[in-house]
Amino acid sequence: MEFEPVIGLEVHAQLLTKSKIFCGCSTAFGADPNSHTCPICLGMPGVLPALNRKVVEYAMKMALAVHCRINGASSFARKNYFYPDLPKGYQISQYDLPLAEKGCVDVDLEEGRKRIGITRVHIEEDAGKSLHDEKTAYSYVDLNRTGVPLIEIVSEPDMRSPEEGAAYLRRLHEILVYLEICDGNMEEGSFRCDANVSIRPQGTERFGTRTELKNMNSFRNVQLALEYEIERQAQVLRAGGTVVQETRLWDAAARVTHSMRGKEEAHDYRYFPDPDLVPIVISDEWIEKIRATFPELPMEKRDRFIREYDIPRYDAQVLTAARALGDFFEETVRHCGKPKTASNWIMGDILALVKEEKIEIQDIPVSPKALAEMIALIEDGTISGKIAKDVFQTMWKTGKDARFIVEEQGLVQITDAAELDSVIDTVLAAHPRQFEEFRNGKAPLFGFFVGQVMKATKGKANPQTVNELLKKKLSLR
Amino acid sequence: MNLNELTIHELRDKLAAGETTALAIAEAVFRRIDAVESKIHAFISLMRESALEEAAAADRRIAAGDATDLTGIPIAVKDVLCTKGSPTTCGSRILENFVPPYDATVIAKLKAAGAVIIGKTNMDEFAMGSSTERSAFGLTRNPWDLERIPGGSSGGSAAAMAADECIAAIGTDTGGSIRQPASLCGVVGLKPTYGLVSRYGLVAFASSLDQIGPFAKDAEDCAIMLNALAGHDPKDSTSVPAEAPDYRMFPGREAKGWTVGIPKEYFVEGIDPEISAAVNGVIATLERLGVAFREVSLPRTKYCVAVYYIIAPSEASSNLARYDGVRYGFRSAGSRNLIDMFKQSRLEGFGSEVKRRIMIGTYSLSAGYYDAYYKKASQVRTLMRQDFDEAFKTCDALVTPVTPTPAFRIGEKMDDPIQMYLSDIFTLSTNLAGLPGISVPCGYTTTGLPIGVQFMARHFDEGKLLTIASALERETPFEKRRPAL
Repeated sequence: MEFEPVIGLEVHAQLLTKSKIFCGCSTAFGADPNSHTCPICLGMPGVLPALNRKVVEYAMKMALAVHCRINGASSFARKNYFYPDLPKGYQISQYDLPLAEKGCVDVDLEEGRKRIGITRVHIEEDAGKSLHDEKTAYSYVDLNRTGVPLIEIVSEPDMRSPEEGAAYLRRLHEILVYLEICDGNMEEGSFRCDANVSIRPQGTERFGTRTELKNMNSFRNVQLALEYEIERQAQVLRAGGTVVQETRLWDAAARVTHSMRGKEEAHDYRYFPDPDLVPIVISDEWIEKIRATFPELPMEKRDRFIREYDIPRYDAQVLTAARALGDFFEETVRHCGKPKTASNWIMGDILALVKEEKIEIQDIPVSPKALAEMIALIEDGTISGKIAKDVFQTMWKTGKDARFIVEEQGLVQITDAAELDSVIDTVLAAHPRQFEEFRNGKAPLFGFFVGQVMKATKGKANPQTVNELLKKKLSLR
Repeated sequence: MNLNELTIHELRDKLAAGETTALAIAEAVFRRIDAVESKIHAFISLMRESALEEAAAADRRIAAGDATDLTGIPIAVKDVLCTKGSPTTCGSRILENFVPPYDATVIAKLKAAGAVIIGKTNMDEFAMGSSTERSAFGLTRNPWDLERIPGGSSGGSAAAMAADECIAAIGTDTGGSIRQPASLCGVVGLKPTYGLVSRYGLVAFASSLDQIGPFAKDAEDCAIMLNALAGHDPKDSTSVPAEAPDYRMFPGREAKGWTVGIPKEYFVEGIDPEISAAVNGVIATLERLGVAFREVSLPRTKYCVAVYYIIAPSEASSNLARYDGVRYGFRSAGSRNLIDMFKQSRLEGFGSEVKRRIMIGTYSLSAGYYDAYYKKASQVRTLMRQDFDEAFKTCDALVTPVTPTPAFRIGEKMDDPIQMYLSDIFTLSTNLAGLPGISVPCGYTTTGLPIGVQFMARHFDEGKLLTIASALERETPFEKRRPAL
């Protein structure tokens, strides 16, 4: 029997606010344990939470980006459970009245564009971290992360393959980073994902029993874990068994999922409205104010690049991976008017150097205007594409502009036919054996002569002119 | 008269006139404490050293002409409010060694006003109780009859007031914990409107019901104290962002022409006849002053106890989850693993009444029971608020007894939680509705035990309560009487 997977994802994203959600402590990652704490986030007796307004604004941005309806009034609830890194014995979250509901997001798949439903976007606080020392059998608690603001984005069970799950995740990740409300760092845990997955016989409607997968800290692991789990469930069903509703942990090293706790051991979180916080009231004016600050989102930008610049979808995808990259591209095109050439240079030489030097596009030593000027020199025949590669390297190293480098180093292309004619004559005279072979029908030697001419002119010869002249000369003789 | 027997306003005037010093007042108070505290046990801890320093600072402030009404006034604080650097136990073993790193907002405000904090008063553990017998640090006795309870949970503050061990005191009121002990100890006690006083630094019992309020020797002192306590605090999201009036203008005003409602559901069988008589006496006195009375109905009164004992324990079960032995407070020594540490620390650290309420609350919030208990109770609570809204359409205030009986004997209700819960039957509703309520001395039983009368008013209408309390004081100054100790 063929099975169809049904996947829903819950994404937790840490918001990039400077201070925590309910107190003034810093949210910075990597500080000494428990140094970013105060009586409030430590859950001392008597303290009360006071909501950071920026958190609401950031969460609204994401909710609007995924087309959710923002509730005019939403409220906080307490999720009660005991854990050493949860100082109050409850997490402040949202339950019956989340910040926003009923949205959707489009993802591009090989077979085309697909719409995934978003159930809700809500605000909550992060818990601390427990560090277990295997050697001493002690556990340590670091509460720096306690109270760092999170949004949880819950999808509808709309995904039908691990690839769709991964595509959806990448899409959310890209939007969050574009909006500059989350750094998207999966390793540091600022972008986390749990998955609900079940399978059902192909063509049937009813959902199967689902399992919840946790502990997947990369896009690749999410996909691998889903693949594993779908296959595991299928094997269970094929063997005549039943899937047990449970929470399972992904073991990235062994590439398997393990049962963590069953339905019976599932926590009863005893949610109830948090009496310490008043409802979040959001006016239409506030929503419009937030909407007005919106940047163009990656998918819209991608579609526009294809439409407006007539570049391939692949190029558009690469160029919109980060906001600054798209800006660099557009600025370059604005100066040179050659989108595909600009795209080639950015995707090729520039991204290679960016990667090699581990820097950000906004920090590179070549400005869009400088790149555009160099492209213009290629276009008007002043330099060849090949010379341009060297010119670009020099621009990167020295920060000088292309025209200056070309003039300083005498790199202007030789297009003068008379000058090139004499070079060709010299080359042919210097290689009589090859010339003879060519005449006897060894056509590939044409390239050898081109190469020799280029070498003799230190690459400055206009390749097209060289080609034409060579053809003429070789056929004449 | 000894300095410790005077009111805030009397002492303020003496200080301003240079007739005494803050240090002399503080010393008088501590002399009194030394003399009677062994009989009463109103305090869990005293802050003698810092109090004398604060008194000296107050004297310098007075000399500099920078005094407020509270500068140099010794105040006792219920041990449920965090005091930076001084133990705050909540009457619980689980917080026996807890020293807060911060001051509650009201403590900071009192200190800023120049008040002298003299010590932390005894209370039922986590404010759960009506007799102060549920303290992990021993019970407090009623100064009017040492064999009787002072009421609770702010029994220590009320007893300290009655015994003149302080000039004013701070309590907290979740279901009557200021008004009931004030009534049983013969002092004035005010529970402000929910949201008027910041709860920041008040160790939470039931967050939607808890309010901080003053114990005072008369209405004027009560107004002075409320001035210091009231006001918006950005640290408490439930504190109302509005400016509080100067409450000192209300005592002394006339209540003539007002209509006061008598909720018929509060005058039922089972009330001690002497209490009924005293409250009827209050009605007669106020009628003489031109106050009109009319019977009103609060039909959901019968659900008060049930609703309260679902909502308060539910919130408590969550609020008290933080006492897990991990970061501060008591940790059981014998635990072998994490879960064991949680369980043992809580088992050994909490008293039986606290455990009972945590269990009731946990149950009420559990999956499958939430709708029938917590949610239903919340809905009834909304209806109860509507009952009050209806009554206040025609009334300026409501009058009721504070308690069904005068102070009962120590141990009398310890084995019967339901009987204990019923001692708050007349005070619970104001907390559920968020309304202000005041308890004012209105007589004594034939055996000499104090009786109080309760007035309730609309939200943020504390001024009316102060006016009516002061009117009563002028006619029948019961609050002037003090027990012979």
